[in-house]
Amino acid sequence: MSTVESPLPDKFTANFKEVELPLSNQEALNEANRCLYCYDAPCINACPTGIDIPSFIKKIASGNMKGSATTIMTANPVGASCSRVCPTEELCEGACVLNHSTKPILIGNLQRYATDWAIKNDQVLFKKGEPNGKKVAIVGGGPGGLSAARELALLGYDVTVYEAEKEAGGLDTFGIVSFRLPKKISLWEVEQVEQLGVTINTGVRVGKDIEFDELLKTNERVILAIGMGNVPNLNVPGETFNGVHDAIELVRSTKSSPFPTHLEGKKVVVIGAGNTAIDGATCSVRLGAENVKIIYRRTEKEMTAYDFEYEFAKQDGVEFRWLTQPIEIVGDADGNVKGLKCVKMQLGEASSDGRKRPEPVPDSEFIIECDAVVKAIGQKRHTDFIEKLGLAHHDGVILINKDSMQTSNSRVYACGDVIFGKGQGEAMVVSAAQQGKTAAYHVHESLKEMYSA
Amino acid sequence: MADLRTNLAGITSPNPFWLASAPPTNSGYQVQRAFEAGWGGAVWKTLGDPILNVSSRYAAVSFNGQRVAGFNNIELITDRPLEVNLKEIYETKKRFPEHAVVASLMVEPKQEAWHEIVKKVEAVGVDGLELNFGCPHGMAERGMGSASGQVPDLVEKQTAWAKEAAGTPVIVKLTPNITDITATAEAAVRGGADSVSMINTINSLAGVDIDTWLPIPNVSGKGAHGGYCGPAVKPIALNMVSECARSSRINVPISGMGGVSNWQNAVEFMLMGASNVQICTAAMHHGFRIIEDLVEGLSNYLDDRGILSIQDIIGKSVPTYSDWGNLDLNYNVVARINNDVCINCNKCHIACEDTSHQCIDRLQDEGGNPILRVREEDCVGCNLCSIVCPVDGAIDMIEVPHELPVMTWNDRQSLLGALKDSKITK
Repeated sequence: MSTVESPLPDKFTANFKEVELPLSNQEALNEANRCLYCYDAPCINACPTGIDIPSFIKKIASGNMKGSATTIMTANPVGASCSRVCPTEELCEGACVLNHSTKPILIGNLQRYATDWAIKNDQVLFKKGEPNGKKVAIVGGGPGGLSAARELALLGYDVTVYEAEKEAGGLDTFGIVSFRLPKKISLWEVEQVEQLGVTINTGVRVGKDIEFDELLKTNERVILAIGMGNVPNLNVPGETFNGVHDAIELVRSTKSSPFPTHLEGKKVVVIGAGNTAIDGATCSVRLGAENVKIIYRRTEKEMTAYDFEYEFAKQDGVEFRWLTQPIEIVGDADGNVKGLKCVKMQLGEASSDGRKRPEPVPDSEFIIECDAVVKAIGQKRHTDFIEKLGLAHHDGVILINKDSMQTSNSRVYACGDVIFGKGQGEAMVVSAAQQGKTAAYHVHESLKEMYSA
Repeated sequence: MADLRTNLAGITSPNPFWLASAPPTNSGYQVQRAFEAGWGGAVWKTLGDPILNVSSRYAAVSFNGQRVAGFNNIELITDRPLEVNLKEIYETKKRFPEHAVVASLMVEPKQEAWHEIVKKVEAVGVDGLELNFGCPHGMAERGMGSASGQVPDLVEKQTAWAKEAAGTPVIVKLTPNITDITATAEAAVRGGADSVSMINTINSLAGVDIDTWLPIPNVSGKGAHGGYCGPAVKPIALNMVSECARSSRINVPISGMGGVSNWQNAVEFMLMGASNVQICTAAMHHGFRIIEDLVEGLSNYLDDRGILSIQDIIGKSVPTYSDWGNLDLNYNVVARINNDVCINCNKCHIACEDTSHQCIDRLQDEGGNPILRVREEDCVGCNLCSIVCPVDGAIDMIEVPHELPVMTWNDRQSLLGALKDSKITK
């Protein structure tokens, strides 16, 4: 392969630059000074990791940037990523008291300003705890696993993280589009954890490269933070044609150079209407697709993507086709996608989850011409793996004690997406971070009891 | 539109806004630009023997992002030849006969020096004289400015010398760098002053650069105290004006200055007895164009209240300003929080809890929403909660009705004294 970059990837590089511009020093200072510095502030309570937001903002105002970044990262080991990906209007900014009188403080942007400062200035914010000789293994180096690792390292544990991918960071590194979260931010958070003496074994898949039992044998506790898998099959004919993609894989392919060129000039249909569907669609646009449509079997009202993501996709020129259900992927003689056969839907009675059930409209089939189909209808569970470990679960969602994050095996804890679903947990990065912290504290508690007895 | 014309000891101007003697009035060019913009008068930058200035000269204090909350300078009086200034004063007065042009003067404390300069400036047509007994820096080290302004006898004597030669009204500008400004104000009156003006700047060190450890401003690595002014000094200035206004021994008109930044500030100074106001820092911060809002805002204020002339508000608040011993001990206000306006920032709670009287409770209403409530029986009416509250109308200070008669500390002491006397007699 030539080392000289072609002009096309260059063009895509610009497309994947972070969309939201950082605050300038003056903007940050003005905004920081606008913060009321509430006492027992609602924004703190609205943050799943409980960041002391008024304090970190006050510290920006006073010029104590290291203190500000430390306040953020103390509460949230992936606070730099969260400053970019948190749905702030539903969390801290939504709770800001200034919503009642003027406009909420731009908390997310200020958090980014402070953590960007720490990244730019190569700050080391934490020191590892006095070694206590106890070992903990963490399976999965995403937000949940990293948070647990960071807290345990501060408490003096000998922590090893097993990460199947070549780089740690999980969703933050591979699953969030670069124009929202550049990979280097997530990798800085990984580095912060490593600097505390945590060993991160990348490219090691537990259950394949090393047995889980081995981890249980050599560690006092194991924390499972294995997240979720790829997009499941649509279960319609034609899924094996060339040009059928998995939205998560598509996003991942844009997080390492060179950028893929297979969507350039193509007509793309994305199936699904969650945040991953939006990512699949906006990535397609930025990879040069000629036309990108999102189809969803329900309506705008039922879509699960955040409002700002929906707006963002519309700004990117993504078209939406509501009440549209794919029934077959149509291919040509060469085995390439040439269209998506759909049926019109209508909303019927509400089902047990309260949402109106979509029903096909008879004789309403039609074909959307396209060259590529991107599936974004959810994520698969690591059910087989969990089954093999003998842990109690509900369709691949590990069951835990919600206070302690303990699984049915008292020496195994779990956090992050692997416990999300079936009415349990939250899907946000910031929630995984908090769960990681909680798991770490309870691991610590349980070992303290054991050793002092 | 209300009549804004003012008269300070016989010096008339189209409105009460004068530029104070300072850098904005350094030259004819500047003063004429100010008059074109609408300023009512100008006190020319202090004339005397030309001096040498240093560079740099100014510094300002920012507070939470607010620039020029306070301002500090180490600039001295005019550094231009007297003849040049006199020529420009003449031209300015000729072009703007209706506007007040007052010459600020500072010379050595010698009779002949005062006579000489008074004659020179009056010869070019000034409307009045302002004796600079106030500048705290530089000139004071040479026995002028606040060095003489801090000694009542010197104030009296020099005022008298100026008056001996003066045909126009003499204003004496006082320094705030003194324990009781009425002492020097009275001395000025004894010396024959037609008016007093206050305040000059306050001794100050604007700051220390925490990276270089040098004073701010510094001149080649060294600093010296300067004079402080701007919005931060307004309460100090307002008190000094008020103290002079309510003194029966200071029966001359007052020109008020010190942090006047907008028309509301001007109203405050005039209510407390100033016949006009002088402004410098606000103009240095924003330029002469601020005069438009100053004049219009003041005019609208008077019109809204049906007040025909600015003269009608001068001193109207003076009778309400007294000594602590005359305040009614039986009067009571308490804070009341309007939960429909409150945004629940809890700043009132923590301010009261940590630093005042622990009487604001954090509770929940019937719907489980957080609310704040004042335990009125424990509230001392200190105002702190309403001061820190960021939302207008969220906290009211309510007067608590009572049937007790007015009882001041002074009343109380004299009653106790009478009681003691009667016991002794028994």
